[in-house]
Amino acid sequence: MAGKTGIRPTVATVDDALRVIAVWCPAWPVMAAGMAAGLTSDMPAAVVAANRVIACSATAWADGVRRGMRRREAQQRCPELTVLADDPGRDARMFEPVVAAVEELAPGVEVVRPGLVAVPAQGPARYFGGDQAVAERVIDQVADRAGVECQVGVADGLFAATLAAHRGVVVPPGGSPDFLAPLSIAEIDQPAERDGEPGRADLVDLLHRLGVRTLGAFTAIPERDVASRFGADAVIAHRLARGLSSGQLARRQPPPDLVVSQVFDPPAERVDTAAFAARIAAESLHSRLSAHGLACVRLAIRAETERGEMLDRVWRCAEPLTLAGIVDRVRWQLDGWLRSGAGADRTAGHTAGRTADHTAGRARERLTTLWLSPEEVITGPALQLGLWFGEDGASAATERAGRALLRVQGLLGPDGVVTGVLGGGRGVTDRVRWVPWGDELVPALDPDAPWPGRLPAPFPATVPRKPLPARVFDDAGGEVGVSGRHRLTAVPRRVSVDGGPSRRVHAWSGPWTAVERWWVETDEHRLAWLQVVLSGRLSGRHGGNDSTDTAEGADDTEAFLLRRERGQWLVEGVYD
Amino acid sequence: MSMASVTSLVPRGAPPGAVRSASDLAAPEQAVGQRVLPVREELASLLPHGGLRRGSTVVVRGSTSLLFTLLATATERGSWAAVVGMPGLGLLAAADLGIAVRRLAVVPEPGAELASVVAALLDGVDMVAVSGAEPALAGPSGAGLARRLSARARHRGAVLIPFESFGARPFGDWPNADLELSRTGTRWSGLGGELGESGEGPNTGHGHLAGFELAVSVRGRGAAVRPRHGVLVLPGGPGQPGEPGEPRPEPDEEREPDRGVRVG
Repeated sequence: MAGKTGIRPTVATVDDALRVIAVWCPAWPVMAAGMAAGLTSDMPAAVVAANRVIACSATAWADGVRRGMRRREAQQRCPELTVLADDPGRDARMFEPVVAAVEELAPGVEVVRPGLVAVPAQGPARYFGGDQAVAERVIDQVADRAGVECQVGVADGLFAATLAAHRGVVVPPGGSPDFLAPLSIAEIDQPAERDGEPGRADLVDLLHRLGVRTLGAFTAIPERDVASRFGADAVIAHRLARGLSSGQLARRQPPPDLVVSQVFDPPAERVDTAAFAARIAAESLHSRLSAHGLACVRLAIRAETERGEMLDRVWRCAEPLTLAGIVDRVRWQLDGWLRSGAGADRTAGHTAGRTADHTAGRARERLTTLWLSPEEVITGPALQLGLWFGEDGASAATERAGRALLRVQGLLGPDGVVTGVLGGGRGVTDRVRWVPWGDELVPALDPDAPWPGRLPAPFPATVPRKPLPARVFDDAGGEVGVSGRHRLTAVPRRVSVDGGPSRRVHAWSGPWTAVERWWVETDEHRLAWLQVVLSGRLSGRHGGNDSTDTAEGADDTEAFLLRRERGQWLVEGVYD
Repeated sequence: MSMASVTSLVPRGAPPGAVRSASDLAAPEQAVGQRVLPVREELASLLPHGGLRRGSTVVVRGSTSLLFTLLATATERGSWAAVVGMPGLGLLAAADLGIAVRRLAVVPEPGAELASVVAALLDGVDMVAVSGAEPALAGPSGAGLARRLSARARHRGAVLIPFESFGARPFGDWPNADLELSRTGTRWSGLGGELGESGEGPNTGHGHLAGFELAVSVRGRGAAVRPRHGVLVLPGGPGQPGEPGEPRPEPDEEREPDRGVRVG
């Protein structure tokens, strides 16, 4: 079984199709949904996606419900039908016990899709004494462990085995072509075996119209002619119809152990000694990854100190880490940990979901062990470098700046350095998303969508992270609000910002209102913005008695963007 | 005098205020190798070298917009900028004033690591703006740190820009500062209901803020010891204009409608 790697010859013999046991649970989406919803198997049920039935139970089938039918039509045929929503995640989750049950009997299970598992037959058949015996054992085991009925088919090649499972038969070795020949041509359009493969409905339709009604008739056409007339996918279908395999079973493999550890003996206290040892670990990690054809895009660096404290930080990068990249990050991280000043409170994080950082307030530590663990790896095909290395190019300035910023991330954590992306939205804060340096720059909201009522330029240069409270007063000293008709309740004359003295309003404009998420009753959000120019400056601010600003006379002005939310004015931005 | 001796008198690199060819200006990476980082034309006429000289320390006071304007042109031409200690940076305004935001890195809260963070940034980033209100820069030890950072900037050929952000504690003199740009006043345009001198006016609350003029004064050492004053009309960068929620008001008749500068 093993050792079927490399490029296969184009002209293959029947022998090279692996003998496969297919375990098929009929109408799995319905069974999974039914189990999740607590239905019994004799209740008619159907799973509907995009208003079309994609699977139905046996009782519903008996009433005339079919795949591809509209929901309304299905309900018409079978009024007591329970309609269930499609949820591929649930299907896969509920299928896991079945996979585990099969795996107990036979190793090397491949989940073709939720509802269908394939196992190489050779080993189990020899162990249990024949295909038939294995099939019986599997059915019993699955019913026993997972409480699910299944059908088993054994044949050469996954495709033939799947069709055999639909019929619950064991095809003798070498008998796949004969088994397939009388079957309808429509059988080559199986639900996508692996994600991303398109169906073959068009090909089936075309062949049907050409008078090719069975798989046998299709195999009678020479492969060369199929290739020249119907394209590459038809060749695969042709191979399947002849009982050959389309490719190899991608067997479920235990994920390779990629974690690299390095023990410092004696415990590392200085950055350079630690970094030297870390370099070896980084090299070993890198070679291990490349041996598996993988590249790392999220690297967790963990270390244990002499006192048994665990330090942990995850580095994310938009591009796969090269050897130099791994070495740099490890070095900077160790540098950050080893040099961390005692009692230094590192409040680097400001973005949500920042990674754990236990470095705050520690005395000088010595590290005993270092682990490098790739948290997220990608394979070759997933990696696409721009032809010109992106817009900036690998220009010297960008590279230099990138290294400096990574260095700072080593000191402060990945969230310590951010770059901004501009996106869509109405307010000043909505339109900006801060992304840790190295992460992909994706805006939070679609910048191309229309955002009626968005604030016009110019924009406030300072946008306090935590909006400052403000109070707006009218002539009589009463507070000014916004009415339900989106109007100010009075003319604003004085404004006090952040508890400061009230200052005269020089000019003002607004309110501009927006009602956000009005379609969610509980989350409706009414906003109003007001621009004000105030006389004087909020200077010598916060108790500072420096006289640099008092020199600027009383005719100086400042402009603010105020936002009213939940009955309170906030300073959203300062045009400074 | 021979031709060779004439040419040798022309300094290497971009002479301040010299005429540059259009292709020079268009080259995206042009700013990177230069000894003087380019700034907007209005500012260039105020600065002694016609731009930000590498290795210098330039203090910006009283206006974040002024800081953005100072950084804008160079980032557009391929230089990188970093802003340290300003968690409330208004990125939209930065983009509107012409900063290439993908070459702008922000270190919002350097905390106790300020010295090493700024030092690391000066190694690789052309322009490093540091909030002067950072606690590490306060007191006598802060003055020493400021001196060290300026020296590092000089050594690495980066520009250190200590700035004063809104709501932060103003800081005293920065030792070894080559230049100091400060805002001396602001005029707002576009807002309706501007009050007259007497404090009375129509006060109707129409229009919206369409732009503003910053009065800027520049003083420094050496060639710049005599203060220069200018007016910067903002936003003047090629940033994307926001989609107005309502039509933009017509510019005032008595004021020149376009962006310009009056150097006084």
